[in-house]
Amino acid sequence: MLAYAARRTLLAAPTLLVLIVLCYVLMYFSPGGPFTAERPLPPQVLANIEAKYGLDKPLHAQIWDYVVAIVTRFDFGPSFVYKDRSVNEIIAQGFPVTLTYGSISFVAATLVGVSLGVLAAVRHNTLLDFIAVGATFSAQALPNFVMAPILVIVFTWQLGWLPGGGWSGGKWEYIVMPVIALSTSFMASIARITRSSMLEVLNSGFIRTARARGISPAAILWRHAMKPAMLPVVSYLGPVFVAMITGSVLVDLYFSTGGIGLSYVNAALNRDYAVMLGVTILYGSLTIAFNLLVDLLYAWLDPRIRY
Amino acid sequence: MNSRIAPTAALACAVLFAGHAADSQIHPMTGEKLAENQTFVYRLLDEPSSIDPQIVEDVSGSDIVRDLFEGLLNQDASGNLVPGVATHWEVNASKDRYTFFLRDNAKWSNGEPVVAGDFVFAWRRAVDPETASPYAWFMELMSIENAHAIIKGEMPPESLGILALDEFTLEVRLSLPLPYFAQMVTHATTFPVPAKIIAAHGDQWTRPGNIVSNGAFVLREHVPGERSVRVRNRHYWDARNSIIERVEALVINDDSLALTRYFAGELDRTAVPAGQFPKLKTEYPDEAISFPRLCTYYYIINMSEKGPLPLKDARVRQALSLAIDRSIITKSILAGGQTDAYSFTPGATAGFEPPLLASGLMSQAERDRIARDLFAEAGFGDENPLEFELSYNTSEGHRKIAVAIGQMWKQKLGVKTALRNMEWKTFLESRSNLDFDVARSGWCGDYNEASTFLDLMTTESGYNDSRYSNEEVDRLMAEAKLLDDPTANYTRVEEIISTDAPIIPIYHYAGVFMLGSDVGGWPIGNVEQTWYSKDLYKIAE
Amino acid sequence: MIYGKARVERIADRIADDGFAKGRSLWRDAAGRFFRNRAATGALALLGFIIAFSTAGSLLAVWSNEEIDWNVLADISGAGQPSFANGHFFGVDSLGRDLFARTLQATRTSLAVGIIGASVAVFIGTFYGAVAGFAGGFLDNLMMRAVDVLIAVPSMFIVILLMVMFERSLVMLFVGIGVVSWLDMARIVRGQTLSLKNREFVEAAHATGVNWLGIVFRHIAPNLLGVVVVYATLLVPSIILVESFISFLGLGVQEPDTSLGSLISEGSSTIIFGTLWQFAAPIAFFLALIASLYFIGDGLRDALDPKDF
Repeated sequence: MLAYAARRTLLAAPTLLVLIVLCYVLMYFSPGGPFTAERPLPPQVLANIEAKYGLDKPLHAQIWDYVVAIVTRFDFGPSFVYKDRSVNEIIAQGFPVTLTYGSISFVAATLVGVSLGVLAAVRHNTLLDFIAVGATFSAQALPNFVMAPILVIVFTWQLGWLPGGGWSGGKWEYIVMPVIALSTSFMASIARITRSSMLEVLNSGFIRTARARGISPAAILWRHAMKPAMLPVVSYLGPVFVAMITGSVLVDLYFSTGGIGLSYVNAALNRDYAVMLGVTILYGSLTIAFNLLVDLLYAWLDPRIRY
Repeated sequence: MNSRIAPTAALACAVLFAGHAADSQIHPMTGEKLAENQTFVYRLLDEPSSIDPQIVEDVSGSDIVRDLFEGLLNQDASGNLVPGVATHWEVNASKDRYTFFLRDNAKWSNGEPVVAGDFVFAWRRAVDPETASPYAWFMELMSIENAHAIIKGEMPPESLGILALDEFTLEVRLSLPLPYFAQMVTHATTFPVPAKIIAAHGDQWTRPGNIVSNGAFVLREHVPGERSVRVRNRHYWDARNSIIERVEALVINDDSLALTRYFAGELDRTAVPAGQFPKLKTEYPDEAISFPRLCTYYYIINMSEKGPLPLKDARVRQALSLAIDRSIITKSILAGGQTDAYSFTPGATAGFEPPLLASGLMSQAERDRIARDLFAEAGFGDENPLEFELSYNTSEGHRKIAVAIGQMWKQKLGVKTALRNMEWKTFLESRSNLDFDVARSGWCGDYNEASTFLDLMTTESGYNDSRYSNEEVDRLMAEAKLLDDPTANYTRVEEIISTDAPIIPIYHYAGVFMLGSDVGGWPIGNVEQTWYSKDLYKIAE
Repeated sequence: MIYGKARVERIADRIADDGFAKGRSLWRDAAGRFFRNRAATGALALLGFIIAFSTAGSLLAVWSNEEIDWNVLADISGAGQPSFANGHFFGVDSLGRDLFARTLQATRTSLAVGIIGASVAVFIGTFYGAVAGFAGGFLDNLMMRAVDVLIAVPSMFIVILLMVMFERSLVMLFVGIGVVSWLDMARIVRGQTLSLKNREFVEAAHATGVNWLGIVFRHIAPNLLGVVVVYATLLVPSIILVESFISFLGLGVQEPDTSLGSLISEGSSTIIFGTLWQFAAPIAFFLALIASLYFIGDGLRDALDPKDF
């Protein structure tokens, strides 16, 4: 299994390289550049700036320089738009914010989702089950960009309980609404997967045998059913974590948290190539890391799997 | 000629403020009771790209720069010039040499004096191709000697026509006479910057902790994408006369969210979304405010070789202009006090009353009739519909106007308009490549004089995106530069534009926002919206 | 995002195991199970109704989706309310356009985006996976490593990138969404192809000289039908959700057309001005559409992968 993990990690490098090339080429051929302005710069000035950022070189040389800087100095370059900040700094400032509310959302969605799903499965075909299924269907379908304005109208304007946005270094009252907006639909998905997988396990042969042997329902649930029932949930969690952090675009945009998602959208709009690439690489690495983590966890949960 | 500024209001201010202690509870001029907490919080749409005076290019960034730095002159609540770092100035008879006399008590926030050399450094920096300032064009517009050649990299920055005669005397040489030059030094690009600090920190000198500034405020905190906080600068020469202690700018992308947060009491100032002003005015009469601005919203028609052939027919262009019911746009869609535009120059421009053009005097029914006739003459109609694309950049307001105008053209002239929505940068690229048929545009005056608009219609102008060229317009505008009273020329140019219709003026902007009823001192009469936090105050409620 | 991939793969196994001959009875069984599932049949009826309404409903509409009602434009929150008298059954949007007509058109657009997007993904995924599995060896390895690479691409970012950088168009939207959704499909199909290609009927076809493309389409693809159907049903709502998010960012379909996502995002931004109907109409259609697709997807999966409860 160690060898497998090592092989997967090795594969990450070429993967990221392809990602860089893909993004760079897309950006290179897109209309408008970081220095396109309503009042165009004189050609001489434009040429000067482009030379300063190395944008006058041919495409392959640009990509090569970029990759070399990352590999040798871990330097993702300067931002083209925010001249007083480097990409490293922009990420160092925004990513902890995103990671904070992203992780809290992830934990909240997993805990609540799994509990709800197990409860619904254990109380199969009761009123509780029907309510849970109905609620999760609608919560899953409700987009988070609909949740966000409703949350602000209710909690900020009408009740006056929570601030309508900002971050303030991560005080709890600033985290509550981003977490709710971000986690609800994932919570619902997790609940549904847990419910159906738990139902399947509870009806399988080995649980019936356990029941016949007179083991208490609580012991059956915790000692025997939980682990196999979590398999599909776990395989879903990796993508969920990455999706949550990507979904943070909305949260950053709407709640002005100063997180990394906003930097990405702004960078795309401003053609701030360096920032865009930096964030894309960060997310790409996270995706790879979490997919790997999930696979390893999966192997631990399901002893039949061998690598 | 010696023109001393310090008009009556500024003088009165200085006298009344004298002896006023900062902790006083009563506003010395209005007598209003001041609030304990003098914090002003307002909303930013986007993160400004920079707060470096020579780099800043957006309006919200300039607002911050004006608080942090102070130029030679400031504007008062009506847009008149008042002393800044300079107490007064002189101009020679041929209007091409200006001398500014600086006060000796102006200080940087580290306690060092502000001297003429700081301005020389800043202005050279603005035109230096190394700096690559997106606002270098403004220095060119100011006609400073050699600015053009330096920006193009043909001369060294040291050859710029600005000279420190001594520590507190600054001389500026212009390449052509410019009567309104003094107006232009209230612009952020001309503000002084501390050479030593920039040398020490490089591009990072504008960060809190590094930055040293000479304005009424200093930068305390800056979290990109979230907030920027500035607090009173104790070293500012007029510090004891400013009341606001702390200014917070919060980045909120969404108009409606910002308004919700304004209602929740988190903001003192925010924009009013298009069309919501009348309702808010009824519900919050003291807070919803609207006033004219020095800007025009218009559509440009591509008249270059790349443009569509039918649009080269003046009758077609005129018909398109006439068929737009401007009052629907100003009264129903925007409804924030904007005014119908038939002339390019807004009525709010100082010293020029745009002519009442024939098209503006008719009723809409008459305009529609003439439009249909012109269209038929040109050979278009329901049987032979005209088709073209209307480009606009992503924004709720642009979208609504484009949709409405598309419908007007369709219903009245049978035109098939395809709407083309692009992101800002893509839009700019296609506009400058002349890859459009009709595109939206907007222009705000760089200074308060009609030529800031009408110069755009000359063949040579870099912002003449229609590629309109008319010899008479060129001649009239060139002549106007040398006239004491160019009004007749401007009027004639407006008339020509109205007939030729290379552009379709749609409306003149209004400043529309919600301002807390406890905020005093907002310069509503300033059509350029040059506001300074030091002039504001919070009233106790 | 699709969940429950494991079960989709199991369905594929089951169909493959049953082989070609028994396939028909399998489908008949599944149909029986599907129609006994009340939630799924209810959802199917609801979906049918939404589709019928969004197409035939236009006959009832008094206004077109782009016409501005100049009479109500000045007073949207008053005169623009839902009313039978002026033909605005769902009221008007913030530009005085009939929301009834716009909601119908938006529903059609969202459905089209979902269905076409899913078809693109399924087609590319099936073809790619089948080719990789059938070719085997070096090519297979190369193709699947490419999939590994692409799976690490933050897909939402790529969609945003495409929509920001290039001109807005439905085609670009389909490309953006479709291109990032085919990867899972490709993996599943490749796995199935690997297990199918050594079966007798494939080898027989091979022996009679049918070329590999013909084998893929005539013999392998039909055996993958079950997976494709289930996967596609689950993919449609998730693509509709992605599109609605893109529209929320202001990067969606071009005016005067609209999608449910755009309508909802416009509507939710005007709630504070008391025009609740601008939000209510599209969100109702949206929830009904997504929920019914989810139930159908679940029902199909249960029908093809029966359990004992």
